[in-house]
Amino acid sequence: MDSLIVQALNGLASASSLFLVAAGLTVIFGVSRIVNFAHGSLYMLGAYLGWTLTSHGPLAELGGFFGFWGGVLLAALATGLIGAAIEFLLLRRIYRAPELFQLLATFAVVLVVQDIALLIWGPQDLLGPRAPLLRGATEILGLRFPRYELFLICVGPVMLGLLWLLFHRTRFGILLRAATQDREMVAALGVDQRRLFTSVFALGSALAGLAGALQLPREAVNLHMDMAVIVEAFVIVVIGGLGSLGGAFLAALLIGELHAFGILVFPRITLVLAFLVMAAVLVLRPHGLLGRKPSGLLPAAVPSPPLPRAPRWLVQAGAVALVLLVVLPPFLGDYALSVMADMAMMVLFAASLHLIMGPGGMASFGHAAYFGAGAYGAALLAKHFAAPMEVGLVFAPFAAGIVGLVFGWFCVRLSGVYSAMLTLAFAQIAWSTAFQWVEVTGGDNGILGVWPSEWARGKLVFWYLALALCGLGVVLLRRLLYAPFGMALRAQRDSPLRAEAIGIDTLRVRWVGFAIAAAAAGMAGALFAYGKGSVFPSFLGIPRSVDALVMVLLGGVQTVLGPLLGAVAYSGLQEQLVRISDLWRLVLGVAILALVLFFPGGLAGALRRREDDRA
Amino acid sequence: MSDSLLSLRRRMLLGGLAAGVAGHALARPAVAQGSGPIRIGEINSYTAQPAFLGPYRNGWILAQEQINAAGGINGRPLETLHRDDAGKPEDAIRIAGELVNAEKVAFIAGGYLSNVGLALGDYALQNKILYAAGEPLTDALVWSKGNRYTFRLRPSTYMQAAMLVEEAAKLPAKRWATVAPNYEYGQSAVRWFRELLQKAKPDVEFVGEQFPALGRIDAGATVQALERMRPDAIFNVTFGVDLTNFVRQGNTRGLFENRTVASMLSGEPEYLEPLGEECPEGWIVTGYPRDSLENPVHTAFREAYRKRFNEAPKCGSVVGYDLVLAIAAMLKKAGSTQTEAMVDAFEGIRYPTAYGTGEVEFRKIDHQATLGCFVGRTKLNGRIGGMVDWRYADGANYLPADDVVRGWRPQG
Repeated sequence: MDSLIVQALNGLASASSLFLVAAGLTVIFGVSRIVNFAHGSLYMLGAYLGWTLTSHGPLAELGGFFGFWGGVLLAALATGLIGAAIEFLLLRRIYRAPELFQLLATFAVVLVVQDIALLIWGPQDLLGPRAPLLRGATEILGLRFPRYELFLICVGPVMLGLLWLLFHRTRFGILLRAATQDREMVAALGVDQRRLFTSVFALGSALAGLAGALQLPREAVNLHMDMAVIVEAFVIVVIGGLGSLGGAFLAALLIGELHAFGILVFPRITLVLAFLVMAAVLVLRPHGLLGRKPSGLLPAAVPSPPLPRAPRWLVQAGAVALVLLVVLPPFLGDYALSVMADMAMMVLFAASLHLIMGPGGMASFGHAAYFGAGAYGAALLAKHFAAPMEVGLVFAPFAAGIVGLVFGWFCVRLSGVYSAMLTLAFAQIAWSTAFQWVEVTGGDNGILGVWPSEWARGKLVFWYLALALCGLGVVLLRRLLYAPFGMALRAQRDSPLRAEAIGIDTLRVRWVGFAIAAAAAGMAGALFAYGKGSVFPSFLGIPRSVDALVMVLLGGVQTVLGPLLGAVAYSGLQEQLVRISDLWRLVLGVAILALVLFFPGGLAGALRRREDDRA
Repeated sequence: MSDSLLSLRRRMLLGGLAAGVAGHALARPAVAQGSGPIRIGEINSYTAQPAFLGPYRNGWILAQEQINAAGGINGRPLETLHRDDAGKPEDAIRIAGELVNAEKVAFIAGGYLSNVGLALGDYALQNKILYAAGEPLTDALVWSKGNRYTFRLRPSTYMQAAMLVEEAAKLPAKRWATVAPNYEYGQSAVRWFRELLQKAKPDVEFVGEQFPALGRIDAGATVQALERMRPDAIFNVTFGVDLTNFVRQGNTRGLFENRTVASMLSGEPEYLEPLGEECPEGWIVTGYPRDSLENPVHTAFREAYRKRFNEAPKCGSVVGYDLVLAIAAMLKKAGSTQTEAMVDAFEGIRYPTAYGTGEVEFRKIDHQATLGCFVGRTKLNGRIGGMVDWRYADGANYLPADDVVRGWRPQG
């Protein structure tokens, strides 16, 4: 019993840490509606800066109480300044771009920060100093409990209280709350939005930096902190309800405690627990524990003109490209062929996500689940039933489609970021199934020996196979967009009420669209599996979902051509950069930033803009 | 629309594709066999695991420079192309294709994560390319998924667990608890440790286990959960940042007082040194006592490394260095860069390890090297931890019997 009470205290300490990170994220989202993927990077920077300030330089020499706590606060302030700089230099320029496009920019920031942190602080994990006055442990019910953890338990509620005062007792806070509720109205009343946004970004970043620096006495600072924390922080923000501080606090408590007790009963639960909770909460409460129904449009949806027919030059260019893709390959080397085959699969993968994101108006943060479902479908058939490639390729889209039907049934009922996060939750549940069900899926060692049938072993034949199947997939998806179903899909995105009024069953249209996209992704996944000869849980991990998102956003959400260009550009860039430089993440990040700043409508958007200019 | 504009658009449309293809279509011509450098393709998770693979690559470079300075392999220098797989097996396979098809390397090497190693091993089998694995620890690489083209240098999970079991069986401890990262390496280390210890000492009891997510341990809760099991001893498999956080919380909460801990890999400088003053005392660990290992071969290696890179070698440095030595010995014996000749030469090849503990053999039966590691106790010296009371455990003594291995490994 006593040890259970202490375990509950452990849960509280974790909850406090989680709350601090999530608080910054939720404040930023509430006001600016930016899905700030770089929040984890700011947390990591806070920790690194805190480490530097508390163990090197004048403050460290000062030592003792002021050396440590001064360092922590200074690190938080510095992180706040970095956040303000990111907002000022980058995000401010793209507020008018489609929402979620900022996600692309913050993703680029993540890549850049990863390499910069590596360059500045080196690859070693850095263990910070213990906190003065809070070094040791204190006896609680006969068990030793670190004093620092007790301190952390207090920090969470205190910070919640301070933020509450800030939001309810200061003019700045009142403006922030007003902006959270109705941005347009606040602007109409003459409040300088730009200053408001910069300051809220600085506030959120400082909170992230503080959370990072406060981890110093309990965790080693390392280069993986950003990714480890960002997903968890998002989960908490969404469970609590976007923009709701109280909700984030409740959610952090819930996750912290469930985690502390969960490992006593199911030691392996840590991988998936937070996502199970999020899925359950979102299914029961579509806007989180304390969230409100968001006003305005869905994040991914920008009212856009009906899809134009492709102009003649584009059709011609496409035909030329296709001819080249058929005629040239016999003259290319094996490696070029396999890279092109990979690209073809990525094009289909991106096009499938585009169907639900662009015309469907539903963002998905977990599209890799269906890519992976196709890959695992084919690989499991091959492993357990020795099925040949042909069977696997036919089976895979159905497997992925069925997974899409099941997950989609829940996801299409929600809206905006909530829906996107529910797709992420399901994707993580699928991932952990692949990861932990070792007997069937081989766990993280994957399934090996998923090679194509004998006739398709040659790289040239496999390229034609990939081109044919992916090309067919893309053409079918495109046909669908111009068919009545596609029109219904766009209608429910642009105006759900009117769509319902003319008899479109919006839920069902979304659901079917979701499943079709899943099936297409599954096709790409199965081909990818045969191309690589093996499948691994990373096929349905978060990085692959992010890749899909980046490809679609880079290409441009509201054009049919977008995902094609985005997929080719992104996978091409990545493939080339890895060969050139160890710092490929930095270069890729900078390249994406440049694209974001110069082509806020995506690559295809830029093409179209030139078209409009000329018209 | 003018023609120039049309072609401009076409180029934009195809731009990305061209970027992806041009480099390869124009890839440099294959180096003729028998002259010029021998090209090696080396793949590792450099951006995902920089702390461990930086020293590894340094060790590799040092060995290569020494070999080339001494005239190379029958007059041909070694040349290595290092590539980053970002920790993803599917990327590793793509890069292997690039190295083999576009860069015309003679064979591939590397791998840090187990699943990357297995993916490359399977690629090697399918494409009949030699693969020399350095770091991956998974037993499957040479046993259940072993194949003719794959060789592995480091002592595997099984071997390291067996070394610790030998010491653990001497302890009076009866109640054991385990803590391991939740992925294949952690799971198999725990499985082997349990199985071998129960065989060696039937009255031990395993009272509980913890499997924190890799890199994301909730150290306070994990330590408390272990404390609650009231074990006599703990078997630890966590490493890196998980180990650091686990040790700090464990120290503060007194988890390790009056308990013995047997810990995989924790004696390696890459894991021990980040702990700093937190380094626990008296843990039984496998590792590399760099500063107290004095013999002519190792001292020369340590000094050469320090001179070249201005820092002390890590365990990974030895792995990189040894792998190149083994490859060089193999190439000398093969006398050619034909895959089959190299595979035949690799089987049973012997080379002298930088540990200075004598020759290591790549076993013909399963392509596992008999490189061992050091088993000892941790001790804090000043502000940094090290190993004391260590001995070299020769890998050859910690492998199952030959007929057992044959049963596990696909034959034919």
